[in-house]
Amino acid sequence: MARYIIRRLLQSIPLLFIISFVLFALMQATGDPLATMGGRQPTRAADRERLSRQLGLDQPITTQYLYWLIGNDWVVIDPETGRTGPRRGVLRGDFGTSYVSRQPVLEMIGGRIPDTLLLTGTAEVLILAVSLAVGIFSAVRKYSLFDQLFTAISFVLYSVPVFIMAYSLIYLLSIGLRRAGLPYFPTSGIFDPAIGRTFEQVVWHMVLPVLTLSLISIAGYSRYIRSTMLEVINSDYIRTARSKGITERRTLFVHAFKNAALPLITLVGLDLPFLLGGAVVTETIFAWPGMGYLFINSLTRSDYPVLMGILMLIAVGVVLAQLLVDVLYTVLDPRIRYS
Amino acid sequence: MSASNRPVRLLGNEEGYAKGSNRALKRFLKHRGAVVGAILLGFMVVYVIFGSLLFDEAYANFNNTKLRLLPPSADHIMGTDNIGRDIFARTVYGGQISLMIGLLAMVVSVGIGTLVGVVTGYFGGWIDVVLMRLTEAMLSIPTLLFLLLISNIFGGRVPQIQFIGRTFSGSVVVIIIIIGLTSWMGLARIVRSLVLSLKETEFIIAARALGAPDYHIILSHILPNIVAPLVVSATLGVGNAILAESYISFLGVGVGAPTATWGNILEGARKFFEQAPWLWVAPGLLILLTVMGINFLGDGLRDALDPRSDKAV
Repeated sequence: MARYIIRRLLQSIPLLFIISFVLFALMQATGDPLATMGGRQPTRAADRERLSRQLGLDQPITTQYLYWLIGNDWVVIDPETGRTGPRRGVLRGDFGTSYVSRQPVLEMIGGRIPDTLLLTGTAEVLILAVSLAVGIFSAVRKYSLFDQLFTAISFVLYSVPVFIMAYSLIYLLSIGLRRAGLPYFPTSGIFDPAIGRTFEQVVWHMVLPVLTLSLISIAGYSRYIRSTMLEVINSDYIRTARSKGITERRTLFVHAFKNAALPLITLVGLDLPFLLGGAVVTETIFAWPGMGYLFINSLTRSDYPVLMGILMLIAVGVVLAQLLVDVLYTVLDPRIRYS
Repeated sequence: MSASNRPVRLLGNEEGYAKGSNRALKRFLKHRGAVVGAILLGFMVVYVIFGSLLFDEAYANFNNTKLRLLPPSADHIMGTDNIGRDIFARTVYGGQISLMIGLLAMVVSVGIGTLVGVVTGYFGGWIDVVLMRLTEAMLSIPTLLFLLLISNIFGGRVPQIQFIGRTFSGSVVVIIIIIGLTSWMGLARIVRSLVLSLKETEFIIAARALGAPDYHIILSHILPNIVAPLVVSATLGVGNAILAESYISFLGVGVGAPTATWGNILEGARKFFEQAPWLWVAPGLLILLTVMGINFLGDGLRDALDPRSDKAV
C-alpha cells in the first residue's frame, strides 16, 4: 500500500510539470508585459532593456520556465549591482505578484479560499444529503408517483444553465418576496456593509447562491445514485441477504448502500478540487467574494499571475484528490488490491 | 434478394429478423424521452432556420433607442433590448450561431478525441504514455476557467469572416476551436479502452495474421465498432459546447459584438434583469429547451446503441 502511494505520487510529478508548462506557455502568449510598464507613455528603450533584464524576460523560454519554477534568487540578475533576483519560484510558493494590486498572488488567492469553501462546501453537503435521500427513496420505490415525478423534474433541472437557475431563483425568492412585502433574500455579496459580517448576515446571503449551485447538481447526482442503487438492489447478494431473513432496512442500508456508495465516493472525491474554482458564474452573479469572482475580476484586468495561480492551485488539487480517491477506494473496497 | 415485390415488413427483412441497426431504432423509438428530445431539437432547428426567413440579419441588428426595453407586444413578440433591437429576431440569429458553435465544436472534440484514443489504444508504446499524460493533465485543469482564460487571450486576434451570407466576428472561430480543444479528453479515454479490448478480439488478430495493413484495420474494423459511444458522446458534446459557449459569452469573454449568440444576449441582460425579465427569459428558455432536448436524445441513444446498458432504468 505504501509502495502504491509512493508510486502514484511519483507518477503525479511529471503530470504536474506538464500542467505547469501548459499554463506557463499560455502565459507567454498573453502578450508583452513590458508594453504597459511605462505608465502613460510607451516604455522607453533603455527602461525596456533594464526591465527585461530584471524581470528575466531576456532569457530563452526554457530558462524563464526554470526561473518561474524555482525562482531566480540564486542567480545574479543585475550585473551592475550584483543583486540576485527577487523570485523564489512556484515550487517554494511564490506565484509572483499581481499586476494590478502588487500583492503576492498566493496571499490574494488564500484570502478568498475560506469564503469560496463556505459557499461550495455547504452546497456540496446539501447536494449529498438531498441526493442520497431522494435517490435511494426513488430506487426503493421504483415507478411510484414520487419516482416518476422526480425523474421528470430532475431531467429538466439537470439541463438548466446555471445563470438561468440563478436568475429564476432571484426573481422568485428575492424580487417576488420583496414585491409581496415579505422578508426577501439578498442577491449580492456576503454581508450587508451597513450591518457588518455577522453569522446571520452570512447565512442569509448564502441561501440563494447555495440553492443555485445545489439544485442542478442534486438533479444529476440523485439520478446517478438511483441507477447505482437499482443495479445493486437487483444483484444476487442482495437477494441472498433477503432470503436469509435480514430485515429490509438492514439489507438496504448496510449491504446495498455500502456497495452503491463506492462509485459515489469516486465522483465526490473528484469533484472536491473543483469546489474551489467551479462556481464562477454563481459567484459573479451574486458578487460572492470567492475564487471564481477573483478569477473573473482578474480576467477583465488581464492580471495574469493571479489567473495562473488559481489554475495551477486547482490543478494541483485535482491531482492530489485523484490520488486520495484511489487510496480511499482500496481501503473501502476489499476486492481491490494494488501491488 | 431484393424486397421489391414482397410485402414490406416494419423493421424486419425477409427472414423476419430485424437487423442490428433496426433493433437500435426500435429501442430508440420506445424511449419516450428520446423521442421528445428529437422533437425539441427539431423545433429548435426549425426555429432558427425559418425565423431567418421572417427577418433578415439587418433587422436583427437594427437598433432604435427610442424603442428600448419594451415589454413583449404585437410588434415585438419578445420585446426589445436595451438599445431597441427586437429580441425575437436576435434569438433567431443568435440561435444560428449558438447551434453552429455547438455542432462544430463537437466535431473538433470528437475528431481529436477519436484520433488520440485510436492512436494510443492501437499503437501503444511511448506515444500512449505521452498522450495519456497529456490527457490527464488537460483533465486536471478546470475547464471553464481555462476556457475563459484562453478566450480572453486569443479572442480578439481573429478578424471577421464571411460565411453563408452572414458576417461573423472572428471570435466565433476561436471559441469553436477552444471548446473543441478542451472537451476531447473523455472521449479519448473511452475510445482508448474500447480499442484496447478490440485489439484482442479474434477477428482483429485474424486480420493482422492475414497481413492487413494497420490503416485498413483501423478504418474498416476498429472504427465501425466504436461508433456507438462516439454517437452518444457527440450528441452530449453538442449540449456541452452550447452550454460552454453560453457561459463564456455570459461572462463577457465569448463571442463579441455585434454577432449575437444566446449567451451574449443574456450578457446584455445582466444589468436589466430585474426591470426587464423578457430580456433573459426567452434566450434562457431556448438554451434550456435545446440542452434538455440534447440530454433526452443522448440518453435515448445511449440506451438504444449500447446493448449492455439494459439495466433497470
